[in-house]
Amino acid sequence: MNALSDAALRRLRDAADVPDLSDTKYEIIERIGQGGMGTVYRARDRELGREVALKVVRLPEGAPDISARMMREARTLARLEHPGIVPVHDVGTLVDGRVFYAMKLVRGAPLHELSVTGLADRLRIVERVCEAVAFAHAHGVIHRDLKPQNVMVGPFGEVLVMDWGVAKIVGDATLSLGTGSPAGTDDHAEPSTGHGVVLGTPGYMAPEQAAGDPSLVDARADVHAIGAILRDLCSDNAGAERPDASGDVPRPVAAIIRRAMAPEPRERYPDVTALARDVAAFRAGDRVSAYDENVFERTRRLAIRHSTPILLVLAYLLMRVTFLAVFGR
Amino acid sequence: MGSFPATRHSVVAGIASPDVHTRRVAFDALVSAYWRPVYKYVRIKWRRDREDAADLTQEFFARAFEKGSLGRFEPARARFRTFLRLCLDGFVANEIKARGRLKRGGEASFVPLDFAAAEHELSMHPAANGNAAAGLVSPDEDDLFRQEWVRGLFSDAVAALRASCNAAGKTTQFAVFQRYDLDDNDNPDARPTYAQLASELAIPVTQVTNYLAFARRELRRLVLERLRSLCATDEEFRLEARELLGTDPTSGPA
Repeated sequence: MNALSDAALRRLRDAADVPDLSDTKYEIIERIGQGGMGTVYRARDRELGREVALKVVRLPEGAPDISARMMREARTLARLEHPGIVPVHDVGTLVDGRVFYAMKLVRGAPLHELSVTGLADRLRIVERVCEAVAFAHAHGVIHRDLKPQNVMVGPFGEVLVMDWGVAKIVGDATLSLGTGSPAGTDDHAEPSTGHGVVLGTPGYMAPEQAAGDPSLVDARADVHAIGAILRDLCSDNAGAERPDASGDVPRPVAAIIRRAMAPEPRERYPDVTALARDVAAFRAGDRVSAYDENVFERTRRLAIRHSTPILLVLAYLLMRVTFLAVFGR
Repeated sequence: MGSFPATRHSVVAGIASPDVHTRRVAFDALVSAYWRPVYKYVRIKWRRDREDAADLTQEFFARAFEKGSLGRFEPARARFRTFLRLCLDGFVANEIKARGRLKRGGEASFVPLDFAAAEHELSMHPAANGNAAAGLVSPDEDDLFRQEWVRGLFSDAVAALRASCNAAGKTTQFAVFQRYDLDDNDNPDARPTYAQLASELAIPVTQVTNYLAFARRELRRLVLERLRSLCATDEEFRLEARELLGTDPTSGPA
């Protein structure tokens, strides 16, 4: 046969990796992304005539019966209906044993490819992420791989959390923990991965997650990751292990990042809602729980927050003084 | 095509076998898989002319068979592919040094090696066309060797796929695969659509999907089958498969 050119070889390597969808209602259009956990394709649903994002999950090693577990998790994810969570339409197993998810095809760009200007917009994005993740936590799902690549921002500013492929399901447990609570997992819940299998992304995953023991991972791992996303948004320190936000970051925001990314889970926000509350407080000019401000900072904050009534009062006083000076004799 | 012994990892294990016949069969398979990368590597990295590179390629395998040097591979230290390349480097360096006082050519001969075809393939390589000889290109040694090894692996798998399709009367399946994945359609716009292929081959569009899926599944199986026989351990096989296809072969029954 003729020699394979480099281009033909590339195509063949891709072709050999293309999932066999002959038993499904989908057909591949193109590959649109590849990550550590799998490959995402733009595909067409032949029955409904719509395009979907089809993720074929690469199964981690060292975990028996992982396929059945991932199917169970996918079904749980399919029940998460929230504007900030990409809906899962379908889930199944390919003939070669790999699990796939068919999800809504989202238009937009991942956060790491966007240049978000203005602190207010950055904080708004983080708040939207917190809302979606808090909703998932309330339904017993921990994302475990939050990072800018998994946050999609749509053309109208909508924020969607993607890639729940390594999420951990903790049954009916309440994930919100009080300070000092020893663990955030449901003892009866079945972890999605075996001991020693590390899922997540360095720079974003919490230290206890990097240790590879799923029983140590609770909702506060997602708090850590959202803190890292906020750090990236506020600085040039993207993907760093440390919670330092380089650049001109307001002290309260830096304190929020530090608290969210504290190495010890008990020193972080107890849940994502608490983190969101602090972010919202800063945006509104209120006091941030993670930051002990001094009297000057408090005065300045209050002055900025109440600048309009203060200016109106000052203007009124100035007018009165002027009036008395001119006509009061 | 060399014949592949049935057991897993049999090629690498086979070349260390005390049984001459087993060793011979394993060596034929090994030479089939590696002679192209060896020849091209000698041409480009060692800047030898065609005749010299062909002689060195044949001599390398003949000497390795006679001395059993490749059978001394230790899986814990490196991948077999890397080990073979390092053996080749040592062999060529010694051979150049000893030129003139050593008799060239071994007694052993293996599967026929089509150096003219390899030379034609090499003409498409960016490091060819005189650049390598002029020292203008210094490709990464391992990348060069690996790329040619991968090319050989896929070429063999495609040839096997064609043969099995012909034997099973599945020529249309192969034709779909050839038109869509194999033909030089570097321009994405020139690639036929499923509908065009269906019209061209007088089959329903759904059959195009099925035939393409079949051929790709078979290609994947054939590539992994060859890869498995050329790796020394399960771990090496998994690593190579992950790098080659982007997926873990343990995820499927391949």
